[in-house]
Amino acid sequence: MIDFKLPSLGADMDQGKLLQWHVKPGDSVKRGQVIAVVDTSKAAVDVECWDDGTVHQLVVQPGETVPVGTVLATLLAPGEAAPAAAQAPAAQGTTGPAPAGPTTAGPATIAAVAAATRPPVSPSARKRAQELGLAVEALQGTGAQGAVTLADVEAAAAQGAVAATPADRAQAMRRAIAAAMSRSKREIPHYYLSESIPMAHALAWLQQRNEGQAITERILPAVLQLKAVALALQRVPQLNGFYRQDQFDMSGAVHAGVAIALRGGGLVAPALHDVQAKPLAQLMRELADLVQRARAGSLRSSEMSDPTITVTNLGDQGAESVFGVIYPPQVALVGFGTVAPRPWVVDGEVRALPLLTASLAADHRVTDGHQGALFLAALRELLQTPEQLETT
Amino acid sequence: MSRRLTYREAVREALREALSGDARVFLMGEDVGRYGGTYAVSKGLLAEFGPERVRDTPLSELGFTAAGIGAALGGMRPIVEIMTVNFSLLALDPIVNTAAMLRHMSGGQFSVPIVIRMATGAGRQVAAQHSNSFEGWYAHVPGLRVLSPATVEDARGMLAPALADPDPVLIFEHAQLYNREEETADVVQVDITHAAVRREGKDVSLITHGGSLPKALLAAEELAAQGISAEVLDLRVLRPLDDATIMASVRKCRRAVVIDEAWRSGSLAAEVMARIMEQAFFELDAPLARVCSEEVPIPYARHLEEAALPQVEKIVTTVRQMLGKET
Repeated sequence: MIDFKLPSLGADMDQGKLLQWHVKPGDSVKRGQVIAVVDTSKAAVDVECWDDGTVHQLVVQPGETVPVGTVLATLLAPGEAAPAAAQAPAAQGTTGPAPAGPTTAGPATIAAVAAATRPPVSPSARKRAQELGLAVEALQGTGAQGAVTLADVEAAAAQGAVAATPADRAQAMRRAIAAAMSRSKREIPHYYLSESIPMAHALAWLQQRNEGQAITERILPAVLQLKAVALALQRVPQLNGFYRQDQFDMSGAVHAGVAIALRGGGLVAPALHDVQAKPLAQLMRELADLVQRARAGSLRSSEMSDPTITVTNLGDQGAESVFGVIYPPQVALVGFGTVAPRPWVVDGEVRALPLLTASLAADHRVTDGHQGALFLAALRELLQTPEQLETT
Repeated sequence: MSRRLTYREAVREALREALSGDARVFLMGEDVGRYGGTYAVSKGLLAEFGPERVRDTPLSELGFTAAGIGAALGGMRPIVEIMTVNFSLLALDPIVNTAAMLRHMSGGQFSVPIVIRMATGAGRQVAAQHSNSFEGWYAHVPGLRVLSPATVEDARGMLAPALADPDPVLIFEHAQLYNREEETADVVQVDITHAAVRREGKDVSLITHGGSLPKALLAAEELAAQGISAEVLDLRVLRPLDDATIMASVRKCRRAVVIDEAWRSGSLAAEVMARIMEQAFFELDAPLARVCSEEVPIPYARHLEEAALPQVEKIVTTVRQMLGKET
């Protein structure tokens, strides 16, 4: 028997509310498959399964809020038989020490059977719930065949029981960011470096490359920067990974957490996976998809918990440079400002050239300024030879 | 000013007005003259207008319906009475293949300004072959306008605009309605394009027409006593359907029950529900439902006939189930 537990989907998450199951008992699941949706205080996140197997029992029901690490469901390993005879006592066993769930929850077996069919929700109830930001599946229906009706949604909204009005959500996200950033500044001894990087050649190369391409195929400078960061980290890998239990775990792959501002306020920084290994065109597609899904609130759990470093780009807003706060347990954050023509000395003469200010905020427990400087130098060098970034 | 009037008297008045006002109008059908009409609708009209204008015909629906179409093509404004919808099946070919299609087949050169009236419906213990409700069949055919007057006012007012229509119009008079008496305005003017809300409500829309309207209104009354606010929508025009009024009522109430005395399979009730699904799905708060006749030939025995037809109690039960209430 395998336990499927609520994972931590970020340093700022200590509990989550199960919104929806995508599977029912008896379904076979694969590693990496999205099987549940969990509401962290930041977003509704698709949670992936870590093992192959068959769903045995759904322990936590939609609507329940449980701490990180709680067993959400049990899975049978491939080939494992369901403990038929032991089912009844096992069910009692799980209900006994059940964490402070709603008192209305019946025995787990009954709940699991009920969860196996999709609860009926009327079209207008679903539409209204969406407008209100309510998790409609979690409501108790009073219509024919137990269907959730418009009146049920309105009643729940009036009680605020299922909560999450847009204002509440914005407030919750603000609190989550406050907790993570306070912890970062409390625990992480930051040091900061910055570097001006000439961008004339990179921009010319990009323009040439994008010429004649459909708008959707064009590469943005931000993608070039992400790829350069990933390759520079190959040279200075001490900036890429996690600081946990007083030691540093270096990561081979670069999963760049891309800071994305949300329309309702706040931000998320989900991972763009294996940036070092992907061609620019693929990165562009994946970045566009990631931004869209982040704003739609449909990120996957691995994207929330995986980032090995954060990259933030405030160039669009016109900030010249950005010195960021590291997102724990990461150990570095790379910031990019706007690319703009500024005076630059070439061969003893001052010329106006497009310049980019790249900055590094790094954890002094793991690296020193020397390594940070090597990283920024590598970054500058890589951006002078953009053709090398295309495929490698 | 208004007065009490029966549905039968209202139809007779409308006929008298039409015959008086337009020399091209004449009434033709089985027993409409000497006998005064099977449902006594045309009683007295023969004496008043003479045998040229109120004509008894042989027992041949095919023959006299086709003759009426010919007269319409020749410039007359015939009102053909077919005793009941059951016998109109003998005249399906001239109605569907000729009257409905001649404008199209002639490239717009000919129109058929005929009005065909007939009684419809069950509930009088006259057995299966005299108890059908086939108005939905005619509502299937492009080129026809199909009316279902359910109130005394509509019985009085629909004939004039039907005669003014340059294309064939069928008027279905539910036989159970002829004795209904209602307060009616002295001067009646109605259209033949719109559905009408007969009772305002907010919890469920009862969509019906013809002989089922009084049942729907009684059901709404009973539901009101139980705290359920039912709106009653009278379709009035079965072809072309007034989608806008139907959807407005459904959007308001978010639930709808279609009540029709015809069988449900492939029916007008099915068409109304399909349109609601197409146009108002996201407004709904419960699956649609309908109360139609049981899918059997309408029985002769009184208790079996009552069991086969839509009844007030069935409508009330259906609404309560839809709202998730104990029944």
